[in-house]
Amino acid sequence: MTKVNQKGPEVTLSPPVDAGNGLKTQEMVVNMGPQHPSTHGVLRMELTLNGEIVTKAVPHIGYLHRCFEKHCEAMNDYNKVVPYVDRMDYVAAMNNEVGYAIAMERLMDIKVNDRVEYIRVIMSELQRIASHLLALGTFGLDIGAFTPFLYCFIEREKVLDIFEKASGARLLYNYIWIGGLMNDVPADFKTDTAAFVKSFRPKIKELNDLLSHNKIFIDRTANVGVLPGKVAINYGVSGPSLRGSGVEWDLRKDDPYSIYDRFEFDVIVGKGEMGTLGDCWDRYIVRVWEMEESLKIIEQALDQMPDEGDVQEAIPKKIRPPAGEIYCRTETPRGELGYYIITDKSTTPFRVKARAPSFVNLSVLPAISVGAMVADMVAIIGSIDIVLGEVDR
Amino acid sequence: MQQFLESFLPAGPLVVFVFSIIPLMIILVYALFAIWLERKVAGHIQDRLGPMETGGWHGWAQTLADLVKMIQKEDIVPAKADRFLFKMAPFIAFAASYGAFVAIPFSSGYIGSMIDVGVFYIVAITSLLSVSIIMAGWASNNKWSLLGAMRTAAQTVSYEVPVVVTILSVIIVTGTLNLMEITEMQTGNAFLGFLPSWLIFHSPFMVIAFVLFFIASLAEAHRVPFDLPESESELVGGYQTEYSGMRWGLFMLTEYADMLLLSLVGATLFFGGWNSPFGSFMDGPVWGAFWMLLKGMVLVFVMMWLRWTLPRLRVDQLMNLCWKYLIPLSFVNLVLIALWEMIF
Repeated sequence: MTKVNQKGPEVTLSPPVDAGNGLKTQEMVVNMGPQHPSTHGVLRMELTLNGEIVTKAVPHIGYLHRCFEKHCEAMNDYNKVVPYVDRMDYVAAMNNEVGYAIAMERLMDIKVNDRVEYIRVIMSELQRIASHLLALGTFGLDIGAFTPFLYCFIEREKVLDIFEKASGARLLYNYIWIGGLMNDVPADFKTDTAAFVKSFRPKIKELNDLLSHNKIFIDRTANVGVLPGKVAINYGVSGPSLRGSGVEWDLRKDDPYSIYDRFEFDVIVGKGEMGTLGDCWDRYIVRVWEMEESLKIIEQALDQMPDEGDVQEAIPKKIRPPAGEIYCRTETPRGELGYYIITDKSTTPFRVKARAPSFVNLSVLPAISVGAMVADMVAIIGSIDIVLGEVDR
Repeated sequence: MQQFLESFLPAGPLVVFVFSIIPLMIILVYALFAIWLERKVAGHIQDRLGPMETGGWHGWAQTLADLVKMIQKEDIVPAKADRFLFKMAPFIAFAASYGAFVAIPFSSGYIGSMIDVGVFYIVAITSLLSVSIIMAGWASNNKWSLLGAMRTAAQTVSYEVPVVVTILSVIIVTGTLNLMEITEMQTGNAFLGFLPSWLIFHSPFMVIAFVLFFIASLAEAHRVPFDLPESESELVGGYQTEYSGMRWGLFMLTEYADMLLLSLVGATLFFGGWNSPFGSFMDGPVWGAFWMLLKGMVLVFVMMWLRWTLPRLRVDQLMNLCWKYLIPLSFVNLVLIALWEMIF
C-alpha cells in the first residue's frame, strides 16, 4: 500500500480552555465538503466549531475549475465560446448565452430583429423560473423537506421540455448565438409556453402552502444568516440575494438590456416579514415571487412577439470584430453576470472574462455565518444559491 | 400460545427458543414491509410511483433485493476506528429494540414475557439505544459521526421525560404497569354505549396525553421532524456516516423496529391493544394479533406521512420544544388526569 503524504491547510486552533469542572474544551475544525450533500456541489467549507456554533467559516473553491477563460482564448470562432458559456452556470445556461450574445452584439454593433429579442426574453425568463425552482427545491431539501424538492422538479421538467423542443438539449443548449438563434422555435412554442404559464401559477401557491409558510421552515430560516443591505453592497452581492436584503437593484430595470424596457414587472425585495430583513427566509421568498414576475414578463412577451422574422438574418458569416473591449452585464437568476471581452482583429477572442455572480455572492459567506450553527450553515449556503460551476468556471 | 407450542414440540429450551424468536420474525417481516411501504408512501406523496419493477407486483421485492445487496457488501471498518466498539454498536442498538418487544402483548394469547412492570421495562431497555449510538459515533472517529451522536444523546435523554410522564398519566388511570392487564382493561364497549372502552376515550386529557406521547415518540424513534441524529443534509449521515453494508442495515432495521415498538406501545396504552374496535366482533387471539399490528401500522403510517411532509427542526429548537413545551404540558396534563380520576 502506498502512503500518501497529503499536505493539509494550516489550521490554528485556540488553546484548550478550562471548562470549570476540571475538563478542558477546545474548538474543533470540521471540513464541510467537498463531498457533502448540502454544499450544492464541490464547495469545501472549513468550519471552526465551538460545540455546534460556527466561530469561523472559510470557503475553499477550485474543485470544479475548468479553465473557461483559457479555453475561450483558444477558440478560432466567437460562436464556439457559447458552449463553454453554457457550462458556467449550468442550471441557467440560457441566461449565460444571452449575456454573451448581447455583449458581442454591442461590440460589433449588430441589430437583431424583434422576433429574436422576444424569443430570447421568453427563454431567459423561463430559464429563470427553472433555475429558481431548482434553488427553492434544494433549499427545502437542505432544511429537511424532501417533498417540495420533487414538486419543484416536476415543474422544472416542463420548462426543460419547452427548451428541448426548441434546441434539442435539456441542460446545455448552445441555442442563442451571436446575432440570432441556432434555429427558430417550433410552431407550437407559443401554445406550449402559454400552457405552462397557465399551469404553473397555482403551483407557486402550492409551494407557499407546503413550504414557505410552514412553521418549522420559518423557524429554521427566519433570523438566520442575516445579510444587511449595506454589507451586501460592500461585498458586491447581486441578484435575489441582494434584493432579499431590501436593496431594489435589478439590471432588467436599472440598466435595461435587450427589450426589457417594454415590459411591466415589479422588482421583488425582501421585507423582513418573518424575522430580520435580509435573513434566509427573505432571500427564499424573493425567489418565489420573482417566478411570478417572470410569468408576467413571459405573458406580455407572448402577446407582443411577432410571428414573422428570420432568426438567423443578423448572424455574421465570419465573426471578425473590430479591436476593442466591452463590459456588458445582464441579470441572471443568480445576479449580475458581466462579460469583459477584449478583441483584436482576429477571429479568436483575446480575452473573455466573466464576472460570475455566484463567485461574488459566495464571498459574503464568512461574514454572515459567524455565530450560526452547523445546521444554519446549510441554510445559509442554500439561500445564497451558488452554482459551483460558475464559482470556479 | 406456550401450551399450543408444547403440544407438538418437546417441552424445554426449544419451546422457549421458538417462543422468544417470534418477535424477531415479526420485526423482520414488518421491516421488509415497512421499508417498502415507506417508499410507496414517499412516492405517492411526491407524485411518483415508488418502486414498481422488482418482484412484479408494485415492486414488493425491492427491500429483499436491497437486503441481498447489503449482505454482499464489503465490510468496511475505518482504519482509525475503535474496531470493537464500532462492530458492537449496531448489535446493541438492535438488541435494545428487540429486547423491548418481549413485553408487548401481541394478542390475548401471546406475550413474550408477562412482566409486571412491562412499560417500565420497555422505557428502560430502549434507553440502551442512545448508548449504542454514542458508541457508534465515538468509535467511528469521524467528526460528523460525533456531532450526530452527541445530538442523539441530548435528544433521547430529553425526550424520554415527556414519554415517561405521558405513560405515567396512563398508569394513573390503569393502576398497573403490566401491558397485558392494561389491554384487558380496555375490552368491551363502555363509553357512551358505542365507543370502544379504549383509554383515549377515557377523558379529554387522554387525547392530549396521546398527542404529547406521539410527538415525543417521534423524537425517540428519530423520525422527521426530529431526525437530527442522522440528518443527512447537515451531518452527512450522523452516527451512520462510516457504516456500510449490513451493519448500516442493522441501524436501519433498528430505526424501523423502534417505530413499530413505539407505535405498538401507543396502540396498547391508548387504542386498546389487541381489542377489536367492534366489541366481540372479530375478536379472539388471532384477530387480536391482527388488530394490534394494524393499529401499530396506522401509527407507523402517520410517522411516514409526517416524514415526507415536514422539514427538520434545528437542534436548539428541538430542545426548546421539549423542555419549554412538551415537558411542562405533560406534567400539567398528568395533574389534570389525576384530578379527573379523583373526581369521577
